[in-house]
Amino acid sequence: MFWVRDKSLKRELEPTIRELKFVLKRIRSSPLSIVGIVLISFFLVIAILAPVLAPPPEGWRDPYMIPRDGFSVTPRPPSPKHPFGTAEGQYDIYYGCIWGTRTAFRVGVIVIGCTVLIGIFIGSISGYYGGKIDEIFMRLTDVIYAFPGIVLVMVLVVILGPSLESVMIALILIGWPTYARLIRGEVLRIKQEDFVEAAKAIGCTDFRVIVRHILPNAIYPLLAVASLDMGSIVLTVAAFSFLGLGAPIGYADWGQMIALSRNWIIGTPTNPYEYWYTFIIPGIFIFTFVLGWGLLGDAFRDILDPMLRRR
Amino acid sequence: MGLVTYVVRRLLLLVPTMFGVTLLIFGLIQFFSPVERASLYVKDPRQMSSIESIIEKYHLNDPPYIQYIYWLNEVLHGNLGWSKSVNMPVAQAICEFLPATVELVIYSVPIIFVVGIWLGKISAVHKDTAIDHIVRAFAIIGWSLPTFWSAIILLAVFYGHLKIFPPERLSIEASLYVNSPSFIRYTRINTIDALLNGELWIFFDALRHLVLPVLNLTIVIVAILMRVVRSSMLEALSKTYVIAARAKGLSEKEVINKHAMRNAMIPAVTLAGALVAGMLTGLVITETVFNIPGIGRWAVNAAIQLDIPAVLGFALFASLVYVITNLVVDILYAYIDPRIRLR
Repeated sequence: MFWVRDKSLKRELEPTIRELKFVLKRIRSSPLSIVGIVLISFFLVIAILAPVLAPPPEGWRDPYMIPRDGFSVTPRPPSPKHPFGTAEGQYDIYYGCIWGTRTAFRVGVIVIGCTVLIGIFIGSISGYYGGKIDEIFMRLTDVIYAFPGIVLVMVLVVILGPSLESVMIALILIGWPTYARLIRGEVLRIKQEDFVEAAKAIGCTDFRVIVRHILPNAIYPLLAVASLDMGSIVLTVAAFSFLGLGAPIGYADWGQMIALSRNWIIGTPTNPYEYWYTFIIPGIFIFTFVLGWGLLGDAFRDILDPMLRRR
Repeated sequence: MGLVTYVVRRLLLLVPTMFGVTLLIFGLIQFFSPVERASLYVKDPRQMSSIESIIEKYHLNDPPYIQYIYWLNEVLHGNLGWSKSVNMPVAQAICEFLPATVELVIYSVPIIFVVGIWLGKISAVHKDTAIDHIVRAFAIIGWSLPTFWSAIILLAVFYGHLKIFPPERLSIEASLYVNSPSFIRYTRINTIDALLNGELWIFFDALRHLVLPVLNLTIVIVAILMRVVRSSMLEALSKTYVIAARAKGLSEKEVINKHAMRNAMIPAVTLAGALVAGMLTGLVITETVFNIPGIGRWAVNAAIQLDIPAVLGFALFASLVYVITNLVVDILYAYIDPRIRLR
């Protein structure tokens, strides 16, 4: 009995495995996407090993708060004790960059995860049932689309009170329509297919038709968009932290760390780049992180675009 | 269906969209208590001393749909409340800070279009050559660059080190002269006013201050635009009409510029909405870093100080601009591509 089940499961999974193998083969053949994967893996290792790479001091309550070495305003250059130097207020830049990687992943994964889930839920219901529900959801997306994203995020952040969590909630609230529309379009196309008709004919419930038959075929275009979005969401969150509407001062967040360098851009008359380490180092972290996701997203888009596919 | 009918239909669609926008903003206002909401109606801080009368006058304790009507009436009459962060009514603040933003936009947009389209074109025409690789690398880098970081680096190099392109709008001497009675501020856009007054040194002073912010704004948006132009140009170049044009002996220049380019521009036009949104984000950050008193910096400062009427006024204004640009783009699109009108 178990053997039979196993075999049918294997047969069911076969197209998915074939698709994955195809994607992997295409990724291997493109050097840029390998760079993307290497960059992301590198950051993933940093995020996982953060407690080892930058152990918080004994009895430190919140590891995401950067420890301070004194309270002097002037940043101090890299030294053996502080490999990347210290920022305004003596926040350790090395510690902030390492734990900031965790913040970036956490922010990206939570925001993308929630937007994708809401998008899939609303998009599939909207596309599958059509009619009034579809009309209401699509008008709602129209209204959200009538705002340039950042403006609505700003309003929501002010209403919820400036914090990292508020920025994340705001990004989720304005982000889902993109995925909902994408899934809706796919569902509208797929529900005309014979296999959906067949599934309905043998008496599958609507839930089963959507989850088992339609969504597995509709999910792929989402991968490319989600991967590109991962980078742009981390960018937006960093920008809000930089503007003072996101993470609080001293929090391990790349954008917030660059905000700390605002008064130290110009340097001294003798050395104009005296405080370079306060903004260059956290900036490189943001830039390479977003670059990695962008390269990966590009690769996904090329692979999954039916027009460019299998040439 | 003719172009006129299409335009009229698109204009009529504007009404429900703007209705939705006001409804959403109004819905968000409901998160606040009536006392907090009162600041959305006052024209003068002295009125705040008698909050009870404001609550009474604008029916703030009544059911939301009655409040909505009173609120909409005020908004349509241009009363968006009092911005405590700059001590003036929100509508006046928008007029006050708009010129600096408009100045950035009028210099950035032509550069973005010319450079973005040109880079996209040469990259597609020279596909898989060194030019293409360089342009694509630039696009990827531009896309991943945090605008606030590039702004800081530009400042560190060109202001901190080379001392050629300073932040803000004008140097001290220039701004003293601009604010003196002998200088008439027609538009409050410095470069235009300088030319109208015939003061060339003010013009060049203003221009010098514009270089870095305009550069910072264009880098990211050019990267987005050129990517789209490149891919649509590649698609156009593979079409049969391009082969036909080449077969009948047209020069390569003519094939690219007249036959392929026209068709490649159509997808690029639809991108305009995304470009406006990207532009707005860029403006908010660029104005903040370069300390330019534009609408973006005002909105950020208002948000930090929890100046709710200012942020909501900014949101309403920005969405109006956004919706109108999208409308213009749609009409332009229908004008370029007659197939759209027929749908």
